[in-house]
Amino acid sequence: MSETTVIIGGGQAGAQTVMSLRREGFEGKIVLIADEPELPYQRPPLSKAYLAGEMAKDRLFIKPAAFYDKLDAELLLGVAVESIDTQKQQLTLKDGSTQSYDQLVFATGGRVRRLTCSGADHPAVHYLRTLGDVEAMQARFSAGTRLAVVGGGYIGLETAAIAAKHGLQVTVLEAQATPLVRVACPEVGQFFQSIHQQAGVSIHCDTLLESIEDEGEGVAALITNTGERILAELVVVGIGLLPNVELAASAGIACDNGITVDEHCRTSVANIYAAGDCTNHPNPIYQRRMRLESVHNAIEQGKTVAANICGKNTPYAQVPWFWSDQYDVKLQTVGINMGYDQTVIRGQPDSRSFAVFYLQAGRLLAVDAINRPAEFVVAKKIITQGLAVSVDRLQDETINAKELVEA
Amino acid sequence: MIKVTYIEDNGTSRDIDVEEGTNLMDAAVDNLVPGIDGDCGGVSACATCHVHVDAAWQDKLEPMNETEDSMLDLTDSRDDSSRLACQITATAALDGLVLRTPTGQH
Repeated sequence: MSETTVIIGGGQAGAQTVMSLRREGFEGKIVLIADEPELPYQRPPLSKAYLAGEMAKDRLFIKPAAFYDKLDAELLLGVAVESIDTQKQQLTLKDGSTQSYDQLVFATGGRVRRLTCSGADHPAVHYLRTLGDVEAMQARFSAGTRLAVVGGGYIGLETAAIAAKHGLQVTVLEAQATPLVRVACPEVGQFFQSIHQQAGVSIHCDTLLESIEDEGEGVAALITNTGERILAELVVVGIGLLPNVELAASAGIACDNGITVDEHCRTSVANIYAAGDCTNHPNPIYQRRMRLESVHNAIEQGKTVAANICGKNTPYAQVPWFWSDQYDVKLQTVGINMGYDQTVIRGQPDSRSFAVFYLQAGRLLAVDAINRPAEFVVAKKIITQGLAVSVDRLQDETINAKELVEA
Repeated sequence: MIKVTYIEDNGTSRDIDVEEGTNLMDAAVDNLVPGIDGDCGGVSACATCHVHVDAAWQDKLEPMNETEDSMLDLTDSRDDSSRLACQITATAALDGLVLRTPTGQH
């Protein structure tokens, strides 16, 4: 009898699992269930080109509809899952229908953390995670509009960059002393702060949003703890992501800052796997558990799940990597810098081309490469293979980046 | 429209009509060409659209930038004919272009 794999979630991880199942030789039925009505799409352009109307909607889709037909994969879009009976291996959907599975994959991703202050429901306030989120704010996204961005993380800064490029008047509120403080060293945060300021963006650090008041005619007033009152026709909030674990937890699957999986992306319940932003997974290179929000992790875990459903016994062992595009600056990050005790800067931030190496007890943990693709590539190799580095050589620009791998 | 031929490592050949201005990673994904993933969406961040360009065509392409050059180092089978398909835009001068997908990218 033919087996059925059901995937919950239509993001990058869900789409990848579909593709990789067929590539690994899975011959059973594949059903992907997603609560969003769209074909699986790429999220990175949402805070960049797509927001500004520079990119056609068709280009967002990871694959065209014909691709899923060719793979004989059934997509149930615009329908959420209500509950899971792990004994019967059966899902109940919100529309009342049921779906049996032999293997189940959670690719449920995350949802935005929302403001809780008074006035948070003002109509000018928007979030940025889904295609629907972007379409809801696009009418207000035009030259001259006052945009207030709450949160100086990647989503907030990318939104600020594309908005400044399109002539919006942009103010960013950041609670910490520099932007990107949770993910990068102060030098990187300061660098991004400076390029935004050069582009005319006003960045207010050490500033907390206390409440939002209505100014009338669609304008919101953001009241800060520093006594400021910032007016905006559009407010975009980027203050983090919460993993979508509730459905898994209600089915009795272990969760702890994400759906807990083992090195094979298996959850605590038999025949149930998870992939992408929703997983809390072990990383053998860093020898600790982590939850990542990244395209690369979603794709690679999708591949791992598919391989393991097909009996390949493949562990997940990837060095994470990320990118961010703002103005003429391409940031490529490889590795996780958590726990670093030393940074080495190669090149000059003023030149808009430099790399920060994060080390712990002399071992390379991560690199932020800013318009430095060669450093990104060599660092990926060093971290993946656990190779040695020397601080003197990392700093020495007379040594070609490719030669930074110790002989 | 121009014609671009994608040849897989197993010899399977596909002729695709590509609108001018479209990059050749997008064209491959839209036409279900195996071996070209384009995981990063075409911003030369992932090197999953590596192709080998037939010798006769290499001089007709725009030169690669530093990012593309570096990203190609992430691939297993880089040689003098290597490019990222996302960085090649279809133009009339490329009508008849032949690309081969590398063995490791399937």
